[in-house]
Amino acid sequence: MALKIDKTASPMEARGILTQFGSNVIHEDLNFHLPRGEIVGLVGGSGTGKSVLMNTLLGLKEPEGGMIRYFGYDREELSAEQRFELNTQIGVLFQGGALFSSLTVRENIMVPLREHTDLPVKLMRELADMKIHMVGLPPQSATLYPSDLSGGMKKRAGLARSLALDPEILFLDEPTAGLDPVGANAFDELILGLREAMDLTVLLITHDLDTLYTTCDKVAVLVDKHIAIVDSLPKVIAYEHPWVQEYFGGPRSRAALSAGKT
Amino acid sequence: MSSNSNSHPPEYELSQSGRIITFRAKGSWTLRDIGPIDEALSQKLEALDYDAVHYDVADVSELDTAGAYMFARAVRTASGECHEWEVIAGSTGQRTLVQAAADAVMGRPPEPTRQWYDSLTNMGRASERFFLESIDTIAFIGQFFVVLFKMLLRPRTIRWKSVVALTEEIGLNAAPIVMTLCFFIGAVIAYLGANLLSTFGASVFMVDLVGVSVLRELAPIITAILIAGRSDSAFTAQIGAMKMRQEIDAMTVLGLDTFEVLVVPRALACLISLPILTFLGMMSGIFAGMLIAWLGGLDISPILFFARLNEVVELKQFWIGMAKTPFFAIIIALIGCRQGLAVTGSVDSLGARTTTSVVQAIFAVIAVDAVFALFFFQMGI
Ligand SMILES: Nc1ncnc2c1ncn2[C@@H]1O[C@H](COP(=O)(O)OP(=O)(O)O)[C@@H](O)[C@H]1O
Ligand SMILES: [Mg+2]
Repeated sequence: MALKIDKTASPMEARGILTQFGSNVIHEDLNFHLPRGEIVGLVGGSGTGKSVLMNTLLGLKEPEGGMIRYFGYDREELSAEQRFELNTQIGVLFQGGALFSSLTVRENIMVPLREHTDLPVKLMRELADMKIHMVGLPPQSATLYPSDLSGGMKKRAGLARSLALDPEILFLDEPTAGLDPVGANAFDELILGLREAMDLTVLLITHDLDTLYTTCDKVAVLVDKHIAIVDSLPKVIAYEHPWVQEYFGGPRSRAALSAGKT
Repeated sequence: MSSNSNSHPPEYELSQSGRIITFRAKGSWTLRDIGPIDEALSQKLEALDYDAVHYDVADVSELDTAGAYMFARAVRTASGECHEWEVIAGSTGQRTLVQAAADAVMGRPPEPTRQWYDSLTNMGRASERFFLESIDTIAFIGQFFVVLFKMLLRPRTIRWKSVVALTEEIGLNAAPIVMTLCFFIGAVIAYLGANLLSTFGASVFMVDLVGVSVLRELAPIITAILIAGRSDSAFTAQIGAMKMRQEIDAMTVLGLDTFEVLVVPRALACLISLPILTFLGMMSGIFAGMLIAWLGGLDISPILFFARLNEVVELKQFWIGMAKTPFFAIIIALIGCRQGLAVTGSVDSLGARTTTSVVQAIFAVIAVDAVFALFFFQMGI
């Protein structure tokens, strides 16, 4: 049975998530949802389990407890085929880029197109080249292999691949880390533009305060093994929690905030 | 963009007035819809001659970047001229998309390379690589001996801990398989000899056959080939993975010599392991021969077997077999390490290098064995 995506349904909702590695509990009773069409920034200290949360939401790691719904469907209850279809609605940029090292950048972007569409190869190539341009890579990088790219370029190439199928939901794990400030700003703007045009719902794991200020509609804070608050930035800044106060009260944050206001 | 069932197919209308064409589109323009109209649209656009495009996309129900790309292709014709364009009707989101796609189209993508030209260059590159490879291998061997002698002069610089760990991995862990294999080979030779020689009524000569062949050739070469297959691939994969993750670069920057840390311990571990394994293989092969002689219908008792072995097989056969093992050890270790260090960033190269490493090592072991055979023959040993 084909999967009907109701776009007005909540794109992603997680309830009572429990994840652990052995006896090491990473998340406990974690509740989280992505409001449709919004960009939610996820912050939290290093090692608090942001990447693990993303993997859990993606189904790469089975949670020990709790429930995850996409567009109203419980992932567990979907058939393998429906899950495959659901996956075309989800684009992911992993922390390291996770490009296929034996394929060129262009071929990397063509992988999802080959897998999920039956377009002419020439058109696929052109679409891949467009995505390459959209993420701000020079055209020549199309024929380069990932090992020939810098860290920042790998991220962009990974983003291009995650956008290949024009997904509804985009997961980005620290996308602007490793980009130069100009590139990071351009990236932020690109995300905003894409969101507006494509009605994207974005989960953006980031440490980049500028990105939080300029791009995110809401900010979620992962502390004490759960999402403590999901709200607009001013409300999050006002949130009474030592870690949050430290995070947003630091000099970097204030600089970014004043820059964002002007 | 998700469901094909309730979406309308993409439709378009191109109208020209003066140097301006109007591109009026409706229906659903997404990745899943545009396949069928791709050819026709680009041909129509190519047939037109114009300076500017006006897009009317107000009636487009669904649009994604792929659809926007179809629009944007009108911005650049085959001749590569750039034209002005404008979205005269459409939502902000649609404008943004067309804008992004049009920007992308302006940036000229590189031409796809020609196939025949590619294969020709690949052939040239392959031959060039072969020569460079040979030179590199010789240089590598030279560098290895320089470092080895430097370290032997100051034995404290040798990393004995990793030598011991590697010896366990290469030697101890391989002992069962080496012994089993040599046992089978010894048994096969014994049977073969017994069968052939009994037709002459000389089945007792099978003792000579087993003794000489196992000691002189079979045990050393079987052991070496096994270790080449087993440890060479491991060396290449280990060092290659380190290379891929820039661990080798980190070592170099930290002032660690990759030869000292990676190559020499492996070579020493092989140098220790291979003679011992070969010795075990010899024992196991002879033992198999003895069992066949005794229980295989020849009625040569173990006492008679060993008496005969003592009498006809000189000790030098054993030493000839053993003398080859250090050479095999060095060959195996150096080829494995060299291929590992030659790995570049991609997994493909890791796979290719691992294959090359095993093939080269087995080839080299057999080739060197042949050279030894020739040498001993000429020397009359
Ligand atoms: N495969 C794993 N096995 C055991 N522990 C893990 C594994 N992956 C992550 N962890 C642990 O989970 C925690 C969260 O990691 P991670 O999600 O990568 O942090 P971050 O928030 O910086 O992305 C860390 O303490 C890490 O040690
Ligand atoms: Mg992380």
